[in-house]
Amino acid sequence: MAERLIELRDITKSYGNVYALGGVDLHVDKGEVLGLIGDNGAGKSTLIKILAGAVRPTSGEILVRGAPVHGWNAARSREAGIETVFQDRALAVQQSIVRNIFMGNEIANRFGFLDSKKEVAEAHRLMREIGFTSRVFTPQSIVGQLSGGERQGVAIARSLYRDADLIILDEPTTALSLTETNKVFHFVRQVRASGRSILFIGHNIHHVYDIADRFVVMDRGRVALQATKAEMSSAEDLIRFMEHIAHPTTAADAAQGAA
Amino acid sequence: MSDTIQGPTTMAAPPTSKETWRHPQDNPVRRFISANRASLGSLAVFLVMMAIFVAANPTVFSSWTLYASVFTTLPVAIFLTVPLVFIVTVGEIDLSFPATMGFAAWMFALLVQAGYSPLLGLAAALVTGAALGAFVGALVVYLNLSSLIATLGMNFVVRGLILIFTEGKSISLASLGDTWLYQAFSSDIFGLPVQMLWAVAFTVFAVYLYGRHRFGAHVHIVGDNPDSAAQMGINVKMVRVKSFIFVGIGAGLAGVFSTMINFTWWPTAGDGYLLPVLASVFVGGTPTWGGIGTVVGGAIGATTVSFIQTGIVGAGLSGFYVQFFNGLIIILSLIGHRWNQIRYR
Repeated sequence: MAERLIELRDITKSYGNVYALGGVDLHVDKGEVLGLIGDNGAGKSTLIKILAGAVRPTSGEILVRGAPVHGWNAARSREAGIETVFQDRALAVQQSIVRNIFMGNEIANRFGFLDSKKEVAEAHRLMREIGFTSRVFTPQSIVGQLSGGERQGVAIARSLYRDADLIILDEPTTALSLTETNKVFHFVRQVRASGRSILFIGHNIHHVYDIADRFVVMDRGRVALQATKAEMSSAEDLIRFMEHIAHPTTAADAAQGAA
Repeated sequence: MSDTIQGPTTMAAPPTSKETWRHPQDNPVRRFISANRASLGSLAVFLVMMAIFVAANPTVFSSWTLYASVFTTLPVAIFLTVPLVFIVTVGEIDLSFPATMGFAAWMFALLVQAGYSPLLGLAAALVTGAALGAFVGALVVYLNLSSLIATLGMNFVVRGLILIFTEGKSISLASLGDTWLYQAFSSDIFGLPVQMLWAVAFTVFAVYLYGRHRFGAHVHIVGDNPDSAAQMGINVKMVRVKSFIFVGIGAGLAGVFSTMINFTWWPTAGDGYLLPVLASVFVGGTPTWGGIGTVVGGAIGATTVSFIQTGIVGAGLSGFYVQFFNGLIIILSLIGHRWNQIRYR
């Protein structure tokens, strides 16, 4: 069995009387891409925030590499090697690729002056590692000149520099063209090849189906389905299942993936 | 496929093709130009303006006296403008620096008048400036106030305190000229006002702080995307407060230098600098929206603004033209920078 990187056990989150999460069990294995799908309000965002340590779960247990972690918060999340790339607000677009990769973690001497030679070399290495090998951009290029997919690449490279074992990508391909989406997929595959894990959250089920090794479908704060790619014959299977949970009465016969 | 340029999206570049196509940024001259677009633009504005002045009145503009008189007061403007570039880059504004300058210079004047070393006075002025900057910054950042309004209010409050306590009386420091500090900070060497060297040193220091130091990097990032900065563990509020402190320190320096030039401290010290210094930041090529800016450009902007007044009178126009051309140059350089920097946003 693959090594468990992060495991959530019976996580609940309530805001007053409203349950955003009603007992979620979920795990991410080492070196896998886990696709997380669900409609608006399914609890995806709450789940990400809990993993990132920004929101405290009401109850439940979080295990890192099999060992339960108490007092889960943002610092613990980082120690566990979890880095989240949020959809729109990940990068400072007027700054260079280097400045974004080392944001908050600058390589500097003890007086605080930046070692730009080291930073550029390290940025080159990280960009190569995720397969960001465009010759048109150098580490000094401004992020605002990059395309949407390449920006995701910069954010992913930053996560690698911060020693991420699990990179959470929050809708990284939303509003991206086909070419750009393929770039993001390329980066994701490179990261997986290096033995790290990715939690890929998406609205576009085709995208998630293409990139993920395993799927978790959430519905109204619960996990409605966990399935490996082998158990799904096509993206249409997933879509039918999504339709089923959205309109259970009209799509009752399309639920073959539910069990 | 590997030998053609694919535009910015080439995914897998074979390592062997590295020599076949050179990145435009490989050319050092082009790299320098593209990295310094804004400050080079400011320099161009300055040079064009000076060329017009020289053409208008070659005799006046070939005499050193005119330059020496501008260089006497220019350092004060530079000490104020350069830290303001930081505050604009971090996404805030500080309109309280004229009163901070007056208050810090007041501390300097009081200590010197009481017979203490001017060096102690200088230290007190810097500490006062930093403390006022920290106070204004904390007010804006921790009470989450609009920096435009809050610092405007602080400018009145601090100036009001000065007026209440001094009842509008100035302090004359005639003995200042004999001190070694005056020699080091405010005399001439070969006709060049020595404070100009300090202003240049301050600018060089600020250039490194802004572009090559962790603090400068954080100033840029916070001004660009504070959410992202916070997520990456940057103490966004502290970066903002530190930027205000830097403005206070610059105002303290400006206050001391302006007092030393005049041998007198006036309760209104600093008042006249508010608008010219603000204009200098933007004439220098720092945009209003934060995240980017240029320290060298700011210093050039301060030089441009300082030369406008002298230049217009020197060019033979009456003093009534000063305001008009002042405004004209500000507007024209803004348009110039807009056109020069259409890259992001």
